[in-house]
Amino acid sequence: MLTVTLTPEAREVIERDALEAFPNECCGFLYGHEDNTRNITFAQPVENVKDGDQRRRFEISPKQYLDAERFALTQGLTLLGVYHSHPKHPAFPSEHDRVQAMPWFSYLIINAEADHTGDLHSFVLNEARQFEQQPVISSVPTQL
Amino acid sequence: MATLIIPTPLRKFTANQASFESNGGTVKDVVNELVSAHEGLKTHLLDDGGNLRSFIRIYVGDEDIQALDQENTAVQPGATISIIPAIAGGSH
Repeated sequence: MLTVTLTPEAREVIERDALEAFPNECCGFLYGHEDNTRNITFAQPVENVKDGDQRRRFEISPKQYLDAERFALTQGLTLLGVYHSHPKHPAFPSEHDRVQAMPWFSYLIINAEADHTGDLHSFVLNEARQFEQQPVISSVPTQL
Repeated sequence: MATLIIPTPLRKFTANQASFESNGGTVKDVVNELVSAHEGLKTHLLDDGGNLRSFIRIYVGDEDIQALDQENTAVQPGATISIIPAIAGGSH
C-alpha cells in the first residue's frame, strides 16, 4: 500500500478549514507529486456547494474541478486527491463517500469537533471499488 | 480533430496519457472512441447500457453538455472536451 506523506503546512490548511467550516463539512483538493510515496505538499480549500445538509454532505462543483486540474498543470504539480471533514463523526469513509469515489485519488478525511480536530486518515479505492486505508506520515516543510 | 482531456484519476487507464485526439462528430462518438482505445476506462465512464455514468460530467469548452444537447452535443474541430468526475460524499 502506497504511503502518503503530508507536509505540516498542508495539514494545517486542512485542520483550519475543518474548524472554520464546523458544524458543516469542508472540502478541498490535494496536490503534490508521487514517486515511491504519494507526497502531498499543498492543500487548497474549495467551497462546499452541496445543496442540502452540509453537516453531513459535501460536493465540489465541476467548475472547481476543472480549475483544480488547470492549477496542477500550471504549477507543475499532480492532483493527488481530495480532502473533506466529518464533523462530530469518525474519520472513516461512509458508503456515500465510497460510491462516488474515483479510482487512484487519495481521499483524506479528518474528524472535526467544535474546538479541535481529531484523527486524519487517507483512503484509496482498490480494484473491487472498496476503500483501503493508506498510511499517512508527516513530511518536512516544503514549497508548493 | 478535437482534444479530450483525461482527468488525473483516470490516467492510470490511459498509460498516463493526459489527452486523447478524436475526429468524432458528437460527444458520444468521442467517448466511444476513447473507451475503444482504452478498455479499462469503460466501467468508470459508462453504465451497463453504454450511457455516461451519473457521476461523470462532460464539458465542451466551458459548457456543461447537460445545458447543451447532452451526449449528442456536436463537437467542432479544435474543441476541447473535459471529463469531470463528480466529487462528493459525506459522513453518514
